[in-house]
Amino acid sequence: MSFIARGIKSFLLVEMLTGMSLTFRYMFRQKVTIDYPYEKGPLSPRFRGEHALRRYPNGEERCIACKLCEAVCPAQAITIEAEPRDDGSRRTTRYDIDMTKCIYCGFCEEACPVDAIVEGPNFEYATETREELMYDKNKLLANGDRWEIEIAERLLADAPYR
Amino acid sequence: MLWNDFIWPVAWIVIKIVVILIPVMLSVAYFTYYERKLMGLMQIRRGPNVVGPFGLLQPIADGVKLFFKETIIPSGANRGVFIAAPMLTFGLALVSWAVMPFGAGLVLADINVGILYLFAISSLGVYGVLMAGWASNSKYAFLGALRSAAQMVSYEVSMGFVIVTVLLCVGSLNLTDIVMAQKDMWFIIPLFPMAVIFFISALAETNRLPFDLPEAEAELVAGYNVEYSGISFALLFLGENVNIILMSGLTAVLFLGGWLPPFDMAPFNWLPGPMWFGLKIFIVLFFFIWVRATFPRYRYDQLMRLGWKVFLPISLAAVAVVAGVLVAFDLTPVAG
Repeated sequence: MSFIARGIKSFLLVEMLTGMSLTFRYMFRQKVTIDYPYEKGPLSPRFRGEHALRRYPNGEERCIACKLCEAVCPAQAITIEAEPRDDGSRRTTRYDIDMTKCIYCGFCEEACPVDAIVEGPNFEYATETREELMYDKNKLLANGDRWEIEIAERLLADAPYR
Repeated sequence: MLWNDFIWPVAWIVIKIVVILIPVMLSVAYFTYYERKLMGLMQIRRGPNVVGPFGLLQPIADGVKLFFKETIIPSGANRGVFIAAPMLTFGLALVSWAVMPFGAGLVLADINVGILYLFAISSLGVYGVLMAGWASNSKYAFLGALRSAAQMVSYEVSMGFVIVTVLLCVGSLNLTDIVMAQKDMWFIIPLFPMAVIFFISALAETNRLPFDLPEAEAELVAGYNVEYSGISFALLFLGENVNIILMSGLTAVLFLGGWLPPFDMAPFNWLPGPMWFGLKIFIVLFFFIWVRATFPRYRYDQLMRLGWKVFLPISLAAVAVVAGVLVAFDLTPVAG
C-alpha cells in the first residue's frame, strides 16, 4: 500500500510542489538585507574598530607612555618613543600604529592603565594607498577628538561587565 | 528591376529581422535582471537595486563591462574552434526565432515544418557547447561539454514525443496552426501531464537548475564556458538565455495558446496578440526561475535515470494514449 502511495506522491510531484510553495511564500517576506551605505547594523559596545588616542576633558592627552600596549601587541604593530616633556611629565614623542599589521585583538585597549588607547566604533576607514594606513600620533589623537562622544558612551555601557 | 527584385525584398527582410531581434535581445538582457531580482526575493534578499531606479540599468552595466573586457584565448586552445563556438551558439539561438509566431500573421518565416525546424536548430545547439568545451583544452570545460551534450540529447527524445502528442491534436507542424488549434481550449488543459514533462525537459534542455550539471559550479567551476571571457563569454551566455526564452516561447505556443487571450471576451481581447505572447513567456520564465530558486542540483545518474527511465516511457505511452483517444472518439484533426 505504501508503495502505491509513494508512487502516486512522486508522480504528482507532491514534494516538489511543497518546496515550490515554500519559496513562493518566502517571496513576500520582509527582506533581511541591510541597505548598507544608507543603513547600518547595530554594533556592540565591545566592537573593536579603528584606534584612537583619547584626551582628558581639559585637553591633556591621557597616554603616559608606559608602553604596555606596545609590549602586549601580538602583531607588534605599535611603536612608541617617549621622553619627559618640558613640564616634567612623561609623554610620547612618537606613537605609531601600523594598521596593516594590527589584528584588532583589543589587547592594547585592555592593557592601557589610563584608557588612552581604545578601539572605537569606526570601521569605514579604507584608504587608497597603503601609506595612509601607517597611523601616527596626530592621526590617532584626531580620531580620539572625532569619536570621543561615542567612545565615552561605549566605555560607560561596557563598564559593568569588565 | 534590381531594386524591385532584389534590394527591396532583402532590405525588407533585414528590417523584419531587426524588429524581431531587438526585443529578443532586450528581453534577454532583462531576463538576467528578472532572474536576479526574483531569486533575491525568494531568498529574502533585495536583488540588484543600485544601478539606476530599482537597479533597472544593471543588465546594461553588465553588458558594457563584458564588452570592454579582454577576450583571453588560452595558449592550448584550438583558436579557430574556440572563437567559432560562441558565435555558433549565439547564432543558432537567434536563428530559431525566425519561425516563432508573435501574433496572427506576425511571423518571419511561416513554414509548414516550423516545429521540426525549431527542434533541429535546438539540437544543433549541442555543437556550440561541444565545440566550446573541446576547443578550450581544459578538463572542466571538456567534462561540462560532455555532460551537456549527453543531457541535451537524452531530453530531446522525451521532448520530441511530447511534441508529437501536441501535433496529433493539431494535425499540422506549422506553429501558427498549432496556436490556432487552441482557440477553444489551450492544450495545457487536456495535455496537462505532457505540459509538465515538456517544461521539465525544457529545463534540462537549456541546462537550467535542477539540471545544470554542465555548469555545476561546485565541481566543474563553470562547465564548458570556464575558459571564456569578455565578449566571447557574453555570446555564450546570451545564447543560453536566448534558448531559455525560446523554450518559454515554445511552451507558450504548444500549451498556452501562443498569442491568443485566455478567453475571447471583452477585457481579454483588448490586449494585442504579441502582448499576450510576451506575458505568457514572462509567466513561463517565472516558473524557470522559481524552480531554480527552489531545487538543488540532480546527480548525474539521477538525471539520466529521469530522462531515460521515467520521461521516455511516460511520453511514449502518452503518444499511444493520445493517438488512441483521438481515434476512438473520432477527434482526429482533418488535414487542412
